[in-house]
Amino acid sequence: MPRMTMIESIRDAMHVTMAADPNVVVFGEDVGYFGGVFRCTQGLQQKFGRERCFDTPINESGIIGAAIGMAAYGLRPCVEIQFADYVYPAYDQIVSEAARLRYRSNGDFTAPITVRMPTGGGIFGGQTHSQSPEALFTHVSGLKTVVPSNPYDAKGLLIASIEDDDPVIFLEPKRLYNGPFDGHHDRPVTPWSKHPLGEVPEGRYTVPLGQAVVRRTGAAVTVLAYGTMVHVAEAAAAETGVDAEVIDLRTLLPLDLDTITRSVSKTGRCVIVHEATLTSGFGAELCALVQEHCFYSLERPIARVAGWDTPYPHAQEWDYFPGPKRVGEALLQAMEG
Amino acid sequence: MNFPTYRQQGLLVAGGYPLVDMMSQIFSNERDPLHGRQLPVMYSSKSHGFFSISGNLGTQYIQAVGWAMASAIKGDTKIAAGWIGDGSTAESDFHAALVFASTYKAPVVLNIVNNQWAISTFQGIAKGGSGTFAARGHGFGIPALRVDGNDYLAVYAVAQWAIERARRNLGPTVVEYVTYRVAAHSTSDDPSAYRPKEESDAWPLGDPIERLKNYLIGKGAWSEERHAQHAAEVEAEVLAAQKEAERHGTLHSGGKPSVRDMFEGVYKDMPPHLRRQRQQAGV
Ligand SMILES: Cc1ncc(C[n+]2csc(CCOP(=O)(O)OP(=O)(O)O)c2C)c(N)n1
Ligand SMILES: [Mg+2]
Repeated sequence: MPRMTMIESIRDAMHVTMAADPNVVVFGEDVGYFGGVFRCTQGLQQKFGRERCFDTPINESGIIGAAIGMAAYGLRPCVEIQFADYVYPAYDQIVSEAARLRYRSNGDFTAPITVRMPTGGGIFGGQTHSQSPEALFTHVSGLKTVVPSNPYDAKGLLIASIEDDDPVIFLEPKRLYNGPFDGHHDRPVTPWSKHPLGEVPEGRYTVPLGQAVVRRTGAAVTVLAYGTMVHVAEAAAAETGVDAEVIDLRTLLPLDLDTITRSVSKTGRCVIVHEATLTSGFGAELCALVQEHCFYSLERPIARVAGWDTPYPHAQEWDYFPGPKRVGEALLQAMEG
Repeated sequence: MNFPTYRQQGLLVAGGYPLVDMMSQIFSNERDPLHGRQLPVMYSSKSHGFFSISGNLGTQYIQAVGWAMASAIKGDTKIAAGWIGDGSTAESDFHAALVFASTYKAPVVLNIVNNQWAISTFQGIAKGGSGTFAARGHGFGIPALRVDGNDYLAVYAVAQWAIERARRNLGPTVVEYVTYRVAAHSTSDDPSAYRPKEESDAWPLGDPIERLKNYLIGKGAWSEERHAQHAAEVEAEVLAAQKEAERHGTLHSGGKPSVRDMFEGVYKDMPPHLRRQRQQAGV
């Protein structure tokens, strides 16, 4: 089976869907001729032509607004916002338009668009290349929000997202583009070629939206994570020796509540981790759901490990990022009492 | 495909959309085509080339350009029309629309309905130092026209020209229709708080229907009697439609959209969390 980085598997997903469906178009800033600043769309313009993969003016609201109009026509746009940190000019188009179009027109018009954007920290990108805005999208009715953690899932989830008939926010943890990252920033980078989930089948396959997966089985405590934090949580479990069950949510909305409740009912303990800031983060929603559905199984209070409630700093990146040390401490604490 | 604002219901009426359906939406009754989910005048009808009105100003201008781009990408001859008010041209999405239309030469007509008022603010607040709204088009290299929007024949001629340009794939056109909002902004607005009553009484540019009538009478193609008869017919038709719509209920009495419907259509397939909430709501 071919081995791919996450960049390659994301590119492959677009390649597969563009080849299969002439209505799939790909565009964004630097996306066409150059192939994107992370090279995710490299070669697509040469292969499919300038009408199917093209550069846009630097206007995020324009990118999403045009995509909505194209979707209303019958196309299936898969657009790139260069960094999730730059999606805010388009937020109105996403929230007030794409998310509500089906509802407000009673299905007369729909917006089957996929909005890809690199998310998260770990590359010394400071406050404008590191944010994790997923909760701003999970809070919006009508959107689906996806965060892959590896090349295999990224391809399958992206194909499923492009084929989905509703708008999908597809957040790509940029620190995972070239290799799994467990938060040990001072150690040599491992490539995807050494990771089993770097094996990516050719051609079309999907990872259905709304299905979580257990990455590491364990009996002592459930860790809910997504994106980069899946790898951090796995490392923390291995390093502390806590028999943690790590769940990779993969899709935040719709959420696979069954997989979560099954695990927490078994372990009776739950630690939630994300890179995004703590307050009103997606972890708050997870915490509420676990409490509502697993209250009588819980042995300990649910814990959250997240980014501090500050803008994403530059020099202090590794004090901000919830790495394996902080997650490990939370695991050990969850095992007390 | 038209991407209208709440001021373009005339497009639906002219396109033969049933008046009873329009009124049913105004009444939010059991016949409301949008099942009570959208505000009364924010219509939607794909089959009438009328895109779902958002209510957020300016957002749909760039969507019209995207629709037109899609048509061009597909080698289709269909064109799009964006609609915006004078005040809303200040929105960033207006400029997004113009830069995209200019860059991709989209087959779109970008209409600006300058009725000189944006609720309480006069057009100057949006126009700033620009001489006209039409002139905005020139900055983007888009041909722009400015027309007396209360002159039926002039409006028709200009629209034909711009539509023809788009159909022949010669690119976008900006058209500014200079008109006047003689009435209040909405049923909950009282203009006496911000503009002199004499202004609206004087009706700058005049009543377009009166002007067309006088023109046609002068040409011998119409008469006062026929006009009065026609007006009476139209009024009767509207009243009959209102009666018919009222039989299906109003917001406050009679048939209503179902509560169950509130949960439908958020997604193509209802996700588990919404299903749980619908159960909780007991519908
Ligand atoms: C984004 C946004 N901001 C503000 C409003 C509130 N609002 C509704 S209509 C209106 C005035 C619009 O004026 P104009 O564009 O000239 O259109 P007109 O009503 O005169 O046709 C305002 C401010 C809104 N609907 N959307
Ligand atoms: Mg106005």
